[in-house]
Amino acid sequence: MSSAVVSTSAAQGRPFVFEDEDKAEGRPPQRVVPGLSGAFSGAFQDARLAGVTPAARLAVRPAPEMVSSGIAAMDALTGGLPRGCLTEICGPASSGRTTLLLAALAAATRRGECCVVVDASDALDPQSAADAGVELERLLWVRCGESSPQKCLEQLLRAADLLLESGGFGLIALDLGDLPPQTARHIPLTTWFRFRRAVEHTPTVLLAVERQSIAGSCSSLLIKLGLIKLGAQRNRTKEFANLSAPTHAQLLTEVEITAELVQSRLERKPVRSAEITFASKTAWA
Amino acid sequence: MFACIFVPNFPVAAVYRGEPELRARAVAIFEGKPPLEKVFAVSESAGRMGIAPGMTKAQAELCSELTLRPRSLLQESGARAALLDCAQSFSPCVEDAACDTAILDLAGMESLLGTLPEIAGNIFRRAADFGLDANVAVASNPDTALLAARGFSGVTVIPPGKEGEQLGPLPVEVLFAERYQDKQKENEQKKEVTRLLSTLDRWGVRNLRTLAALPKVALSERLGQEGLRLQELARGVASRTLVPVEEAAVFEEAVELEHPIVLLEPLAFLLNRLLEQICARLASRALNTQELRLTLELESFSSSCCTRQSEITNQKFQRTLRLPLPMLDVKLFLKLLQLDLNAHPSGAPIRKIHLAAEPARPRSAQGGLFQPPSPEPEKLELTLARIAGLVGEARVGSLELLDTHRAEGFRMKRFVPGISEVSRQKASTEEKSPVAALRMFRPPLRANVTLENGELVRVVCLKKKEVQGSVLWKAGPWRSSGDWWEREAWARDEWDIALQNADGVALYRLVHDLLGGGWFVEGSYD
Repeated sequence: MSSAVVSTSAAQGRPFVFEDEDKAEGRPPQRVVPGLSGAFSGAFQDARLAGVTPAARLAVRPAPEMVSSGIAAMDALTGGLPRGCLTEICGPASSGRTTLLLAALAAATRRGECCVVVDASDALDPQSAADAGVELERLLWVRCGESSPQKCLEQLLRAADLLLESGGFGLIALDLGDLPPQTARHIPLTTWFRFRRAVEHTPTVLLAVERQSIAGSCSSLLIKLGLIKLGAQRNRTKEFANLSAPTHAQLLTEVEITAELVQSRLERKPVRSAEITFASKTAWA
Repeated sequence: MFACIFVPNFPVAAVYRGEPELRARAVAIFEGKPPLEKVFAVSESAGRMGIAPGMTKAQAELCSELTLRPRSLLQESGARAALLDCAQSFSPCVEDAACDTAILDLAGMESLLGTLPEIAGNIFRRAADFGLDANVAVASNPDTALLAARGFSGVTVIPPGKEGEQLGPLPVEVLFAERYQDKQKENEQKKEVTRLLSTLDRWGVRNLRTLAALPKVALSERLGQEGLRLQELARGVASRTLVPVEEAAVFEEAVELEHPIVLLEPLAFLLNRLLEQICARLASRALNTQELRLTLELESFSSSCCTRQSEITNQKFQRTLRLPLPMLDVKLFLKLLQLDLNAHPSGAPIRKIHLAAEPARPRSAQGGLFQPPSPEPEKLELTLARIAGLVGEARVGSLELLDTHRAEGFRMKRFVPGISEVSRQKASTEEKSPVAALRMFRPPLRANVTLENGELVRVVCLKKKEVQGSVLWKAGPWRSSGDWWEREAWARDEWDIALQNADGVALYRLVHDLLGGGWFVEGSYD
């Protein structure tokens, strides 16, 4: 027997030896197992190899379809939100996480898709959602948050499992934004793997809003939103500059948000951290 | 042409339909008040064991292999409705001839449903699907079809012109085999029938061929118009118009339990059976349902203080399952009912189960390659029911804003995704600048506010440590009030404030309740 091709099984890490005759005749290659011979050997080898694809023959995974996040600057930074992938949006309070979430929901509902917000802290403001342009009849709101944070987290995870299993949603958002980071970190990594597997090859955008990144390598896109600061940075709230005016003469009209692309697994090469700034206006401005 | 569906031994057939596992066993049905219960109907195998109608229950109980069941009018009415549904699934013109007999007009149906033997065979199979062992006969007139169905088992097709010949061997008793549900009417009929049968027996007339051969005038002189009618029936030449029955408005099935059940699992088993029966009936009529009504008759013990006795009273427990779209899926309905009963237990043993389905036309929707993704209605309904079981029924759904300036001016409603259409009008607004959103704290966080010369200086929330710090910037107050004409009046001042805390700067909405007098942090701009 002349061996010509040697490859490695990704699953087992053992060498495969393929015969030239097999390749020439277009038959599936057989692994040579010592101690077995004849017809029985061939059948056994076929059965063993049935579910294994050599690494050389693995197809390149197609790039996920990207959809608009509803904010042009964010789309320019990330290319949009990937379907069939987990995207994390993290940042502290008042960093614009909900603004970005509602913009994505508005864009998705405008496309005619059904969306879900699984809200761990019962924090969604319907008026803000309507002002952001979310079509409320296409938005399913699951309100956890009536008991302890641990219980809320449990409810959120079970609801997310059910919704991912049900399928058909354009965007599923898990809002963990008000949960303490130490509670959110209780989510095991296997859960995020399960979510990633469940959403893979579906047209659903899975979005997680958190204070700190907790999904690790399971997220395809990690966006970190900046904190509003005074003094050292530029005044993020324009009205802050006019501190001498009486309070009733001041109005919150615009907030500037900094977004940083921390991690992206959508390209083969490692990404370089990129940052943009965009402004969000208040509904009454 | 007409077809007749006849269910022999109807009370036993109704029990078999309700409890299919009894088909292999000898069954006797009894009725009456204890201790005077008597056997009312018996299955064929019970008859071979020597059990006969009229025996007392105590006598029948001596046979150890016999299964005794009380007569259930609910089961019989369910079987009767199923029989009519079976007939109406083939023809719109159906006569409810008796509780065990339905006659249908097949005029014009051959071009739609095939030849007459094919139609008869299909009717027979459909009846079997409904759990009824029926005889089916097709003839040129309704009465001939009826007599053939009563007299011949299985499927019988009588060609036109051969009615008398085919009916000839049948015994004359087949002319009087009608079963009435009204007992008084049945007794009167029985007397008349016994008189006629004894007369015919004395003449030596024992089958329809002999009756058909009797001279018409002589028969008329002796038995009158009734005699002539019977002879026409025996010759297969009687003709009449069908009296069509109206279509059922509600599809109902019920089961009465000998022993009350408490656990959800045996209840689910019975509900599954009822749902299968209802769905089979709906499917035969190409209908779906959008509303299921479950009524459970409960057994509860109420004790009287004066007499110191407890008595059993029946209470009704009702649950209604409203679906967003017409559906027909037994497993889905069962799961939804289980989840609903899990969330709302009946609280007492169940004696009777009644399930009704409101019929609805099936939804017609054309899918498209380029339509946006949308959840399947059946899966979505089940998912929503499961999530409602997790978080509560009122905490899952879509939103509806109310016409009010009051905080939290919205209500939850059932999530029913409409037809997915891209809203072209709003597509142009996609590039508009994002709107700063508010994250609500529910309930609002009570805050301790420090004022200096009437100005906000410091805010501290004891419940949420991160919401505290010195006020860097503030805008307001914005005063609003409403509902002063009602008990739930409200009046408040709102500030937008920026707090310097450990993480940096955060923007919050601070509210001063003018009626209650407290300060609250209502949410954060995020």
